[in-house]
Amino acid sequence: MNATERKPKKDVLEYLKDAQRVFILGCQGCPVGCEIGGKPWLDEMAALVAGAGKEVTGSALIDMICNKALVGIRLGRLAAQIEAAQAVLVGSCGVGVQAVGNMVARSVVPALDTICMGDYQGLWPSEERCAECGECMLAYTGGLCPITLCAKSLVNGSCGGTRFDGSCEVTKERRCGWQMIYERLERLGRLDDLKHYNVPKDFRKRDISDAYRRTIRWALEVVEQEQAKEVKTKGK
Amino acid sequence: MSKLQEKLAAGQFVVTGEVGPPKGTNVGPLLEEAERYLKDTVTAVNVTDLQTAVMRVGSLAICRLLKERGIEPVFQMVCRDRNRLALQSDLLSGAVLGIENVLALTGDHTVMGDHQGAMPVYDLDSVGLLKAMTKLEAGTDLGVDIKGKPNQLDGAPKFFKGCCVTPCGPNPAAQIIKLEKKVEAGAQFVQTQAVYDPAVFDKFMRRAGHLKVYVLVGIVMLKSAGMAKYMNTSVPGVQVPDDIIKRLADAAKEDREKVSTEICGQLIRQMKDLCQGAHLMTLGWDHCVPGIIQAAGLA
Repeated sequence: MNATERKPKKDVLEYLKDAQRVFILGCQGCPVGCEIGGKPWLDEMAALVAGAGKEVTGSALIDMICNKALVGIRLGRLAAQIEAAQAVLVGSCGVGVQAVGNMVARSVVPALDTICMGDYQGLWPSEERCAECGECMLAYTGGLCPITLCAKSLVNGSCGGTRFDGSCEVTKERRCGWQMIYERLERLGRLDDLKHYNVPKDFRKRDISDAYRRTIRWALEVVEQEQAKEVKTKGK
Repeated sequence: MSKLQEKLAAGQFVVTGEVGPPKGTNVGPLLEEAERYLKDTVTAVNVTDLQTAVMRVGSLAICRLLKERGIEPVFQMVCRDRNRLALQSDLLSGAVLGIENVLALTGDHTVMGDHQGAMPVYDLDSVGLLKAMTKLEAGTDLGVDIKGKPNQLDGAPKFFKGCCVTPCGPNPAAQIIKLEKKVEAGAQFVQTQAVYDPAVFDKFMRRAGHLKVYVLVGIVMLKSAGMAKYMNTSVPGVQVPDDIIKRLADAAKEDREKVSTEICGQLIRQMKDLCQGAHLMTLGWDHCVPGIIQAAGLA
């Protein structure tokens, strides 16, 4: 199970600042286990978006958003609501946000930060898509992650190493991640997102926080049985 | 203020050179060549920083040695090998050694070099490094104290801050956006990746016209037709037009140096009015620099 944390509400609203109509999509998988997902999250986000004077064009919960094919099937039925939105707010790990970005021609906005995946790339495991940086920046990169796609994990655009065929200086077998991001943003009509200055990553966020180590989920998954009882009692 | 900054501010067309530190402690030949061929011909000399991810003497030490010989250095810094602590520390070290010109670069990936298994760092990117310089100049650093306030420096450095751009690469529009971010982060001058097509450069400069930054067009000396072809297939963002390759291929072996010098001079003449200077990367052929300056009509 992947561990996620909520982003501060002000960050979510900042990502959504030029979207007047928003579709909200929540994951019923890991975030529920982290006690930050499901119906309560959906209701809270709907209130947040509406409270900022925006329209919620629709919302949905999907069991595992990281399952790209499932997302495609479920969202197919909601096409009109999604098309009516300018952005899709996604409550899932980084893999889930990228799966949605891959399936819908809309800007995707992460509502959560992924802090630990335990090397589990969800139900879209063909490659590493989320590096658990704990500071999800997919809102500014068209839903494609430069930390995993760029060989140098650059955060402010490509280096000078993009080849004429769009491949990376490291190997012709790999596309330049920032070129992919450029093309995606161009399709979305959002090239201005590239102008956003992304600050250097806070590497403390790559570690599991003390607060997270005190959760029941942590106890159930990580701590040995006897200790777990203690942690569970303390956690109550 | 560095000579480089002074001349650019005065509207003079400047030429900069470049040296690559040796792999080993034998720095004598580099320093002798720099004194003989670069000291009186160019305004400043870039010192590469573990160029192509090959382990060598560091840029900072050579910068200082050049300065002691009356040659103004440009301290190249790549983001590949140091985290934000070490980068900022080396910036301060440069400042106390009297180095003013700094060029911020991302840096070739470690797999391009001779320690392919080394950890690529990229804690900061080139934009972040420029921001760090700007912060240091303002007397603070990238860190914060226990109250969340920026750490204060005891003595602030002053830099002439530079960066790179690839005008003839596959996506000039994306390059312009990143250049905008670099200028906003504090970049005052640009030394470009190699340019061989004045028309493409002209187009790029028109798109970059809104940016307040001095641009020095980059020219890598082409030592043979084979090298030019290699650059076309293997060096990202560089394209050598066929007519230049033909001129090199047609030249007799003993004339290659002369032809190569003429090509550089001609390129500078063609692009002189489009930018504020030229950056010559001679790849060891420093002895050609006086000839290039003459051929460019700048002597």
